[in-house]
Amino acid sequence: MMSAFLAELVKAVKRPAMWVLVATWLALMLLFSYALPYAGYLTDDGGPATAQAALREALPDQLVVNALSGTPVFGGAIVLIMGALMVGSEYGWGTLKTLLTQRPARLTVLGAKLAAVVAAALGVVLLTFVVGAVVGAVIGAIESQPASWPGIVDIVEGVASGWLITSMWALFGAALAFVFRSIALPIGLGVVWVLGIENLVSSMADNLLTALRPLRDVLPGVNAGSLVSELTSGAQVGAPSPGVIAAVGGGRALLTLALYVVAFVAASALVLRRRDVS
Amino acid sequence: MSTHADVLVETRDLVKTYGPSVKAVDEVNLTVRRGEVYGFLGPNGAGKTTTLRMLVGLVRPTSGRVTVLGRPPGAPDGLARIGTMIESPAFYPYLSGRDNLRVLARYRLLPRRDVEVVLARVDLTDRADDRYDTYSLGMKQRLGVAAALLGEPELFILDEPTNGLDPAGMRDMRALVCELGENGHTVLLSSHLLAEVQQICGRVGVISGGRLIAESTVDELRGQAGLRVVANPLERAVEQVRRVVGTGVVEVRDGAIRIQADPARAPRIVRELVAADVQVMEVGRMERTLEEAFLEMTGDQS
Repeated sequence: MMSAFLAELVKAVKRPAMWVLVATWLALMLLFSYALPYAGYLTDDGGPATAQAALREALPDQLVVNALSGTPVFGGAIVLIMGALMVGSEYGWGTLKTLLTQRPARLTVLGAKLAAVVAAALGVVLLTFVVGAVVGAVIGAIESQPASWPGIVDIVEGVASGWLITSMWALFGAALAFVFRSIALPIGLGVVWVLGIENLVSSMADNLLTALRPLRDVLPGVNAGSLVSELTSGAQVGAPSPGVIAAVGGGRALLTLALYVVAFVAASALVLRRRDVS
Repeated sequence: MSTHADVLVETRDLVKTYGPSVKAVDEVNLTVRRGEVYGFLGPNGAGKTTTLRMLVGLVRPTSGRVTVLGRPPGAPDGLARIGTMIESPAFYPYLSGRDNLRVLARYRLLPRRDVEVVLARVDLTDRADDRYDTYSLGMKQRLGVAAALLGEPELFILDEPTNGLDPAGMRDMRALVCELGENGHTVLLSSHLLAEVQQICGRVGVISGGRLIAESTVDELRGQAGLRVVANPLERAVEQVRRVVGTGVVEVRDGAIRIQADPARAPRIVRELVAADVQVMEVGRMERTLEEAFLEMTGDQS
């Protein structure tokens, strides 16, 4: 399977659309986590205290907060599209037929493909941390701030949690693509789910209909937000990002996300194994 | 008589249905023997591609049995020995031809140098670094064949490999398939070009309406060669011919007598006609092409 996995990685790395998505995500992260707070500090519109708080948001000690805060919602949507593209295109181009008539069995092809999806998610998280670290360090140096970084354990926990969250969303996109055997529908439905339905249910459960809370507490985005909240609430200096809420405890969120990963892999395996490929 | 080891592809009572009413493949019994170039013919929608898909495990049969290289369809050790091109070639548009083949070579656990060998074999080396989506239809087809050639498989399953090729490309493809056959490879070839199949294939199977309606050598399918005689007066000529060859094999069509008999009997027939004072204007050998035989069998559905 290793050889097939490497083939899948080559396909992902050489695909321009993947880099467009990565660039979009990094641009969003830089804009909202670094550029806008730093612009707020420079313009000093809210007074000195607010400006100082804004500057702190963009400094290296906020690395884990800044890298993870977008993953439950916007980053989730981006990697969901990535997962849907990596699988759905095989149906669109008819290349799944080409792959399945090579040597590996169907489940090996599936394993290689999903491993590549998860590897791409790790790549996104690592790039997010690296780019965030560099930009934070540059801002710190420009403003002559003391270099203060999160502890190594916090960074490793942050990367691992970010990887779990982005993997879950990317595998969600991949599973939708396996089920619908296309690209457009999985992306449409997935993005509506991440950006729309989860927020709607969450908002209604908070304000209008508390009976919805048990349902809210099992939603993938809510659990992703809860895990990020658990990891960052102590270090966060600004307001939490959209989707970062402490709805459930960190342990439960971790377990729920892991179960979603298993469920999406199982759903993908089930449909690929059983269905005819035409 | 062929032994079990000589049979590379065998289907028994193979059935594929879609929903309650559509029977795409209906009890097909197909046998492809080692070393032969087998033509798989049928009108559009006859069930050719569905059958080929079942042979490589893309589509699961509703019932019946399939073995390919002694293994169930889709088994990894079987697939590794099969070169396949089902319907149109399908590759990644953003990758070059070379990178596409490298991806497949990784999947087949083959070294990179194999990619260069097959690129050269289909004459694509010069354009191998260009993106696949810039290729012409013929180049895409050649890349599909190159992919099928990866790893020197024992069995080739090629579905319409000449689609989109210009006359020179078709000639090259014909030569390639012949070469594969001459080198001892087994080829299962689906094609609409019956003149090509007649030249290339030793045996053919004809599928129509999901059923395999004939499986035999090309010569058997075309039937015995006969004679065509134009003579005057026609009635007396028919009477004399029937006296020589029997009544069941003589018919009059378009003002000529068509005789299903060995052409070597022509001298005797002519002698008898002349002796009966019949004027013989024309005597010729009459042979059905594969296309004529095919159209007759399939009721001109193609």
